[in-house]
Amino acid sequence: MPDDIPIPTDTPYRWGEWQTGSIMQYKLHVNGRDHTVDVDDDTPLLWVLRDEIELKGTKFGCGAGLCGACTVHIDGAPVRSCTTPISNIGSAAVTTIEGIGDTPIGARLQKAWLDVDVVQCGYCQGGQIMSAAALLTRNHAPSDDDIDSAMNGNICRCGTYARIRQAIKQAARTDLGSAATKKRT
Amino acid sequence: MLRERQLSNSSNRSAKMQMLAASAPLRASRRNFLKAGVAAGGGLLLSCALPGLAKAAAMGPTEGTSAVLNAFVRIAPDNVVTIMAKNPEIGQGVKTMLPMLIAEELDVDWAQVRTEQALLNPTLYGRQHAGGSTSTPQNWDPLRRIGAAGRQMLVTAAARRWNVPESECETASGQVRHTPTGRTVSYGTLASDAATLPVPDLKKVRLKDPKDYKIIGHSIPGVDSSKVVRGEPLFGIDTVAPGMLYAVFQKCPVFGGKVVGANLDAIKSLPGVHHAFVVEGTTNLNGLMPGVAIVADSWWRADKARRRLDVKWDEGATGQQSSAGFERQAAELGAKAPAQVLRNDGDVAAALKSAAHMIEAAYSYPFIAHGALEPMNCTAKVQDGRAEIWAPTQNPEPGRALVAKTLGIDEKDIVVHMTRVGGGFGRRLANDYMVEAAWIAKVAGVPVKLVWNRADDIQHDIYRPGGWHFLKGGLDGNGRLVAWQQHFVSFSRNGKFAPSADLSADTFPAGRVANLSYGASLIPLGVPTGPLRAPGDNALAFVFQSFIDEMAHEAGKDPLQFQIDLLGRDEMLPGKGAGFNTARARGVLEKVREVSGWGQRKLPSRTGQGVAVYYSHLGYFAEIVEAAVAENGAVKINQVWAVGDIGSQIINPTAAVNMTQGAILDGFAEALHQQITIENGRVVQANFDTFPLLRMSQAAPIEVHFLKTDNSPTGLGEPPLPAAIPALCNAIFAATGKRIRTLPIDTAVLKA
Ligand code: FES
Ligand code: FES
Repeated sequence: MPDDIPIPTDTPYRWGEWQTGSIMQYKLHVNGRDHTVDVDDDTPLLWVLRDEIELKGTKFGCGAGLCGACTVHIDGAPVRSCTTPISNIGSAAVTTIEGIGDTPIGARLQKAWLDVDVVQCGYCQGGQIMSAAALLTRNHAPSDDDIDSAMNGNICRCGTYARIRQAIKQAARTDLGSAATKKRT
Repeated sequence: MLRERQLSNSSNRSAKMQMLAASAPLRASRRNFLKAGVAAGGGLLLSCALPGLAKAAAMGPTEGTSAVLNAFVRIAPDNVVTIMAKNPEIGQGVKTMLPMLIAEELDVDWAQVRTEQALLNPTLYGRQHAGGSTSTPQNWDPLRRIGAAGRQMLVTAAARRWNVPESECETASGQVRHTPTGRTVSYGTLASDAATLPVPDLKKVRLKDPKDYKIIGHSIPGVDSSKVVRGEPLFGIDTVAPGMLYAVFQKCPVFGGKVVGANLDAIKSLPGVHHAFVVEGTTNLNGLMPGVAIVADSWWRADKARRRLDVKWDEGATGQQSSAGFERQAAELGAKAPAQVLRNDGDVAAALKSAAHMIEAAYSYPFIAHGALEPMNCTAKVQDGRAEIWAPTQNPEPGRALVAKTLGIDEKDIVVHMTRVGGGFGRRLANDYMVEAAWIAKVAGVPVKLVWNRADDIQHDIYRPGGWHFLKGGLDGNGRLVAWQQHFVSFSRNGKFAPSADLSADTFPAGRVANLSYGASLIPLGVPTGPLRAPGDNALAFVFQSFIDEMAHEAGKDPLQFQIDLLGRDEMLPGKGAGFNTARARGVLEKVREVSGWGQRKLPSRTGQGVAVYYSHLGYFAEIVEAAVAENGAVKINQVWAVGDIGSQIINPTAAVNMTQGAILDGFAEALHQQITIENGRVVQANFDTFPLLRMSQAAPIEVHFLKTDNSPTGLGEPPLPAAIPALCNAIFAATGKRIRTLPIDTAVLKA
């Protein structure tokens, strides 16, 4: 990887030494619902979401924190679920692409994504929207540089970057618009 | 409103469009057989058999009986029109675009339309693949005719119902209207009547005048996009088959290696592992290769068990091959005369000798992988001599044949579901993952979902082959190109050019340089190669268009004007499809000069513009790249202008622009970053850290224009890519005076 491209390493969770690889029971809080799963304690959250809870929107791309297809939120922070073992989640709230539309920012982003017609193959887009939602949550009017640094960990192999940028800006504008409306009323 | 009379009035134009379509080089069969029937639950069902598929037609009883599944068009009593999308959706937008063609001529509103992915059934649907930018040229004419035939039957049904002449009826928005009285009736109401009528001759149905289009030429968002942005399951990797287990498959890291033995008992004792077995495999590099399968109750456990796998391999002859070795052989071969002559016009040696200026250059490019974001995967169920397969494939028909042959199952006993595909780029024209899943499911005796990890994907790709070109070019005293000598050192498989490693003798500037020779020497190769988006062209454009740019600079001429001059008079030169149309190439060059303001702005230092033009997969693109090169050699692409000529109609403009931008960025990723290195017969790179894809911060703005010309519409997956690479390299030369002759671009040589 050329060193001029920073890849966000905002994943607060790291592989620990304490996973044993043996089966454990976990309670998970995903998109506002509770789930109980029995899995090996080193199982990445990605595979728990996809194959235990049957939420297929979180995608496997690289398994190494390099592509962002598996991005979810843990207590609101964007995290690569492929490198986050289930044993590290604890009681944190997990939000996936299936749940992000329940937040105002998520819903605006999904609408902007459709208005701008971003999607090509679509495989990366769930992860893109999750990273974009985390960005807009902390920055209501991101600059191009802000977008670059927040989104550089999310690969789009089809190259829809121009439209992703445009959709983020559109969602940000509607956000400012609704804030202004609120102020007036 | 589309009137019958208007249609007659415009039939001249329609006839012209049909002629245009008929002249399309990759035209589909002229004769189509349309069948009508009553859909289950009432309504009209139109299905169509494209001829020339007698073998498939003999396949058996499913066709015709499961009529609802096999229909192209279904009109329900509530006026909902369901249109089957026949080809795999890989992000190129065909699940939207192909139904648009039918809906337009059927004369319904897009809001009434639902699209459904068809099953693999070439008897009904004709060729069902996604490759070579062929979906548009192969379907543009036949699918519009299917829509038009349906419309004509509905008009007939309405006219009979009202007992009026058909000429007094018009259609719009899924309704037939009796013009004199203003009565209307919906297609849904008429559908059951229409279904009993004889089907019109597809050759004679009248097509709309393009100026009346309400769907074609209008931007229609992707039909599955709302599901994509909500994360609904659509892709092959999302498949769930009842009772399935998860599989991984470890192949020999050296291509073609065989299994001698493995610690299967230890693997079988690991948690969650149900099966571990050796697959003997075949010698087909695109088929079932030898390896060890592990089947477990979760993918994670299967992949984890693989880390304990200890396999003794017989690596075979390919273990001796390496990129460094190829490099040495290429240099040796390049210094000799070519082993085979591909073309020899005039007297190149004499012309080079007498040339006023002569340039010699050696170009090369590496192997590269596809890196589709959805790793290869497939779900299969094999039971009682039958198979059901869910595959993200670009090419389901040969996949089914491969499974049939390898497993000894009759093709008619194999059902193939085409899932949405998370990126194809040519990788999924091969079906190795499909036959692996089927084989593992058969041996394990349970349905399995096979998922490759990223290392499997990058280390077992079907690679774009590397290549070396040794060139000499000569100019006369007026700066005209008079001599071109090219020795291509490439690879062979079974004594012939390896797949996607060849050079056509017609490649431009052949036919435009009086003294020109193309020759080749081949290095035997054990590494699998095959098509990557714009196969051949993605590498050759870099070589040809860079060297032409070198000659232009040597001649002291404007590179864009030099290209136009080289194209010469308007003419069809021999080439792929109907040939290479110099007028269309000139057209896109002139247009890109205009929209970019080429040569009219003063650029900052170490900033330059480069131009390239290429004919690929029936489409013409000219592109200008403006790039700035920093003191440390880092390349920043400021802006791109692209002009394409893909015929008379851009069917879905929003998708066309998206696809063009993506293809150009794809070219930049190849040029800037990508290379696969072979050491000891195996691939060194394993993930996106060592095989980088382009990221957001590198995505330059790309302005896209289409030049509409009086040619039948063609596809867009590949044509925009090839020119992007030389346009970038030519821009770097303009910025720095350094000529890029090796890919990927080494920024170290660009330091100030
Ligand atoms: S799959 Fe997690 S970052 Fe790629
Ligand atoms: S849309 Fe295909 S990877 Fe982004």
